[in-house]
Amino acid sequence: MRVKSYQRKLDIKNGCIDLSHGSGGRATTQLVLGLFHEAFGNEWLARCNDQSAFGVRSGRMVMTTDSYVVSPLFFPGGNIGSLAVHGTVNDVAMAGARPLYLAASFILEEGFRLSDLKAVADSMGAAARAAGVHIITGDTKVVERGKADGLFISTTGVGVLANGLELSAENARIGDRVLVSGCLGDHGVAIMSRRHNLAFQVDIVSDSAALHDLVAVMVAAGGAGIRVMRDPTRGGLAATLNEIAHQSSLGFRLQEEAIPVKPAVTAACELLGLDPLHVANEGKLVAIVAADMADAVLAAMKAHPLGCDAADIGEAVADHHHLVQMSTSFGGRRIVDWLSGEQLPRIC
Amino acid sequence: MKYADEFRDKTMAQGLARAIGIEADPQRAYRFMEFCGGHTHVIFRYGLEDLLPANVRLIHGPGCPVCVLPASRIDMAIRLAARPQVILCVYGDLMRVPGSQGQSLLRARALGADIRMVYSTLDAIRIAEQALDQEVVFFAIGFETTTPATAVMIRLAKKKRLKNLSVFCNHVLTPPAMQSILESPDIRALGRAEIDGFIGPAHVSAIIGTEPYGRLAEEFGEPIVIAGFEPLDVMQAILMLVRQVNDGRSEVENQYSRAVRPEGNRRAIEEVSNVFELRDQFEWRGLGLIQDSALKLKRPYAKFDAEARFVMHELPVVDNPACECGAILRGVKSPVDCKLFGTVCTPETPIGSCMVSSEGACAAHWTYGRGRDYQLRRA
Amino acid sequence: MCLSVPAEVTELLPGDMAIVSFDGVSLEISSALIGDLAVGDYVLVHVGYALAKIDPAEAERTLELLQELGSVAQELRS
Repeated sequence: MRVKSYQRKLDIKNGCIDLSHGSGGRATTQLVLGLFHEAFGNEWLARCNDQSAFGVRSGRMVMTTDSYVVSPLFFPGGNIGSLAVHGTVNDVAMAGARPLYLAASFILEEGFRLSDLKAVADSMGAAARAAGVHIITGDTKVVERGKADGLFISTTGVGVLANGLELSAENARIGDRVLVSGCLGDHGVAIMSRRHNLAFQVDIVSDSAALHDLVAVMVAAGGAGIRVMRDPTRGGLAATLNEIAHQSSLGFRLQEEAIPVKPAVTAACELLGLDPLHVANEGKLVAIVAADMADAVLAAMKAHPLGCDAADIGEAVADHHHLVQMSTSFGGRRIVDWLSGEQLPRIC
Repeated sequence: MKYADEFRDKTMAQGLARAIGIEADPQRAYRFMEFCGGHTHVIFRYGLEDLLPANVRLIHGPGCPVCVLPASRIDMAIRLAARPQVILCVYGDLMRVPGSQGQSLLRARALGADIRMVYSTLDAIRIAEQALDQEVVFFAIGFETTTPATAVMIRLAKKKRLKNLSVFCNHVLTPPAMQSILESPDIRALGRAEIDGFIGPAHVSAIIGTEPYGRLAEEFGEPIVIAGFEPLDVMQAILMLVRQVNDGRSEVENQYSRAVRPEGNRRAIEEVSNVFELRDQFEWRGLGLIQDSALKLKRPYAKFDAEARFVMHELPVVDNPACECGAILRGVKSPVDCKLFGTVCTPETPIGSCMVSSEGACAAHWTYGRGRDYQLRRA
Repeated sequence: MCLSVPAEVTELLPGDMAIVSFDGVSLEISSALIGDLAVGDYVLVHVGYALAKIDPAEAERTLELLQELGSVAQELRS
């Protein structure tokens, strides 16, 4: 469908969202066609229906949904748009599945600049194309000024699990190895460096990335030896391992020296009084792998560009308290606990 | 990180641990209090207790400004922030500290109060300059280390003739708190045997120097070693304390000579004394009222004093009677002796002060050390 | 305590401000509490203020002492 010629063109350079863009009238259609369809362009959207139909392949379907609220919206290494694609693709991929389709829903705040919205939508489209998934349906709503932080995005993802894997957080077994796909804490530190009340300069960009391709090579190498996969987003590695420990009724013993963290991330965390193991990642995964398959899976990870810094950081142990413990690089031992409450910078 | 990584070396730590093992007399116990929550954090973070002989024990002291802030002061800040014109600027540490009846600044913000986290006092100045039609109040907390930043802010606010910036002052002092611990009746009853020496906070001494501790060491016969915050610093300080105890000495020694001078930072001391003077007394959560243990604004700076400007009243709050924080902060009990520890009182739902900040004795023990308790119980 | 990091002064700015850096992180701090700051000095940074200068000679001395303590203990034990 073409935008009718009698309508004024979207002024993407200088325009901004107003309430008419959410009214369901011409302005809404114009925004959807002129901005989102441009960015996401595919055969499903082109039919302009309120839903999209797609064929179901053999295997089990995987479905996930996630909402994205991030401040600032644009950060080193990405923006809320690329994040909304990567995050949901990764949630599908952590089942060992191949992501296929996304649905995207936008809550726009009155006054939000169209140029920013275009930048976000373009990077969503680019991220989806790069990941080989299609954004096939969506929605936009506009709320009054002050009722949203510029832009919120929800994405829902659908994928297919053709390999017969049943990855689940209760599957870890004593003796399994803990693998991480790379350096921890990059996303959280990149975001915090741009919060206006914290402003510090750091040469770290968000690790935001789609991991399904890495997952595919891991599955090819490890098959059913892979028990659990998770992407350690909010709450970091600490939260992810504590969740798995509880769900699998065991503990973990980590080696601090083996955990990859960039020096600048460590330094920023020391400045803010945070633990890198609590800081969010958006392009990393943790895999719990049977000990006899761990080396093969690790080698496959290291051969993939998104896993070149992958490491074996510890093992699952018997522990009826379900603690995650770590041998410190200093020769002592400590618990790696969940983050308590919100992650706030400290002075003491 | 230069001046940090070198002091985290594992091999040197093992060497120091051996030295402590050799020099500590197996016939006696050594109980040292690390006054400062920062040291508590380092001890748990690096698992230092695993490296020490069993007869060298560490007692976690009250040196965490968030932990010792009474609920009544949090309540005052919450009431202040509820005023329509007020923007309350706070360090992030304060957001979750419980006031009375389950209140906190985090909850107050959720209910609509304008509470903003700042990293530096200069941020508060910036906020005040941008909101000239509102009242910006800086919620000042901290020991001697943090006070100079507040003093500089007030000096700059005066210079800039900022009329909408004031300070809710809760700055406290280290030596009087140490003295109060040594003078407390339960310590006295035990013949002061519970604490054989203090590990003193280097960052406080970077400002005040080592001299203010001289009288404490002398009068109470307590060895004091001012120590840095890297794990090797703490290990070395423990060795220095073991040696003092063995020699029967009670001196103030400076392990952190790389940044602490005996006289401290004159310029910072001057900034503070220009603006602040002693309060007659101040309540410490868990320790009670301590004479001359806190600061208030001097008279010429009264218009920057939020307590006077907004006629703030402190209403007494009764702490949970089952909470053992007081005894824990004085080193008489350990976190696991408290019935509330790990049951109703956890970092998610702190009851007592020691569970509030990750530096508090109970929170550090819960977060990093409880595996050891489970192990001891099994053994 | 007071969270603090050792950082190198990389630039002096007007109005008692300075830029410091440590391990790839840099930030603007106040130098109001230190009289004679120079580029290349290391300082302790707390709540956005330089608190004290780090004395390289003293740091070296402490490290040597730590090394010595460890090796003496090693000899005694063996």
